[in-house]
Amino acid sequence: MSMTIREAYAQALVRYGANDPRVVVLDADVSGSTRSVVFQNAAPDRFFNVGIAEANMTAMAAGFAAVGKIPFANAFGVFITSNGLLSATAFGSYAELPVKYVGAYGGLSDSFDGPSHHSIEDIAVMRALPNVKVFVASDSVNTDWLVKYAIDDPSPMYLRLSREAFPDLYSSDESFECGKGKVLREGTDATIIACGLMTGHALAAAETLKREGVSVRVVDMFTIKPIDRELILRCASETGLIVTAEEHNIIGGLGSAVAEVLCGEGQPARVGFVGICDCHAECGPYTQLQEKYGLSSAAIAERVRKLL
Amino acid sequence: MAITTEKRRELERLCRTFRRDVIRVLHERQTGHPGGSLSVCEILTALYFYAANIEADRAQDPNRDRVVLSKGHAAPMLYRVLAEKGFFDPAEMHSLRTIDSRLQGHPCSHSTPGVDMTSGPLGIGLSAALGMALGLRCDGSDARVYAVLGDGELNEGTIWEACMSAAKFGADHLTAIVDWNGVQLDGTTEQVMPMGDLCAKFSVFGWRCIECDGHDIASLCGALDESRQSKGIPSVILARTVKGKGVSFMEGKNSWHGKPIGEEEFKQAMQELEAEAGCQ
Repeated sequence: MSMTIREAYAQALVRYGANDPRVVVLDADVSGSTRSVVFQNAAPDRFFNVGIAEANMTAMAAGFAAVGKIPFANAFGVFITSNGLLSATAFGSYAELPVKYVGAYGGLSDSFDGPSHHSIEDIAVMRALPNVKVFVASDSVNTDWLVKYAIDDPSPMYLRLSREAFPDLYSSDESFECGKGKVLREGTDATIIACGLMTGHALAAAETLKREGVSVRVVDMFTIKPIDRELILRCASETGLIVTAEEHNIIGGLGSAVAEVLCGEGQPARVGFVGICDCHAECGPYTQLQEKYGLSSAAIAERVRKLL
Repeated sequence: MAITTEKRRELERLCRTFRRDVIRVLHERQTGHPGGSLSVCEILTALYFYAANIEADRAQDPNRDRVVLSKGHAAPMLYRVLAEKGFFDPAEMHSLRTIDSRLQGHPCSHSTPGVDMTSGPLGIGLSAALGMALGLRCDGSDARVYAVLGDGELNEGTIWEACMSAAKFGADHLTAIVDWNGVQLDGTTEQVMPMGDLCAKFSVFGWRCIECDGHDIASLCGALDESRQSKGIPSVILARTVKGKGVSFMEGKNSWHGKPIGEEEFKQAMQELEAEAGCQ
């Protein structure tokens, strides 16, 4: 467990963006929470706090992009993908302006603030926008790469971050590629395809199942769109069972994206979904929320056992 | 810098041509928005042929001025103006709203040469224009950004979010122009959503407010000149216009916001527009 995802994001933003005159950062009065304040301190002339006005912020970001800037627009995931959505649709998706929509506090990570502040539909919403890439940060090293990639790649994209720290998955020299999932653990009986917080839980579930004699492969699918079609099909073919795991509603997120690939290609496989079961959670300690709402290694292991 | 009489007459001549051509195309296509296209005619003409530093032969110049037609449904008039500027052949107007056309129903920056910003959903064009203005300022450019808004569009809350931000960031190189025709889709602005004293509203949001006659080229150009003098604060031009201007039965009628033009209506409209042209 290293630094929080939001802190890793802010440090990367400064590392790759502070001396790049193309990079501008916008925030909607939550810079202390999203940690974009770290960029403000490093490059105050290219930081714009627009107040509590996410719709204005994402549209302003598109304007910056239209004159050659690389704007990072920051707010809580639930608000940037709701209030900020109109211009993400018209200017990011349709006009293909390279705005980087950054959703801090993904999933239930703003746990004590309750369902109004949880972000459990953001992946579904942003994944449905043509031309918009979608990534879910899975650890601090991956987060660092995502920021660098966002600056280098001229696409509009949604980066889903977290308030919290996730288990370390990668060494600092790990390399990533857009559209390529990472196989973190080999296995032959089942594959868990996970993202974000749930990737760590997937590894723990695989360890539990190993003790029961079940060999489980684990994939970190941080790249939700484009997704790694070839890897999904190969896992289905080689292990026959796929369980997806995400800190998101069971509808429209990673699980749906994986199922779309399998169904679209006519690839036979048993498929199970672990995520929020189409309900709103409640407020409380993050770990207890994860337990209660099925976002745990135990829930993943149980799903695998049922479908074996 | 006041507009010369000769230049004013040239722009007035252009406006008469633009109105006829736009009505012709909207009749031919049987789709599109006549009312708001006719009301914004002089505003776009004054912008592209007088105020804004935009030319087709240096369309990618980073220091050019930018225009955002936030009331994107007036696209037909924008297209006619851009064609006259040399961004494409005016004959391409006939493809408006057809399959494979570069002239989409609402402005699309990657389809149509000369369109600086995609628009259509009302309420977000002013924010986009502000982002462009601040981005240009980051690069030390002195380019101006003009955002053309509908008065009905001012119902959208994001407009006022953008107003607050533009004042906060001192965007004095941003000019908003309101096509103040007093009519929106469902009725008059007074009936649908009374906006009160618009000048007072913009002023208390920290903007310099300039009123003008939005069908009088000299009045518009004077207002645009005045807006360029603004220091430290953004400016808005409230341009009084008539929805459907130039076609008697369309004037002031919300029913002509986006209605196909019938045969008899087309004949009468062209008669009126050509009679006007004959007076020049």
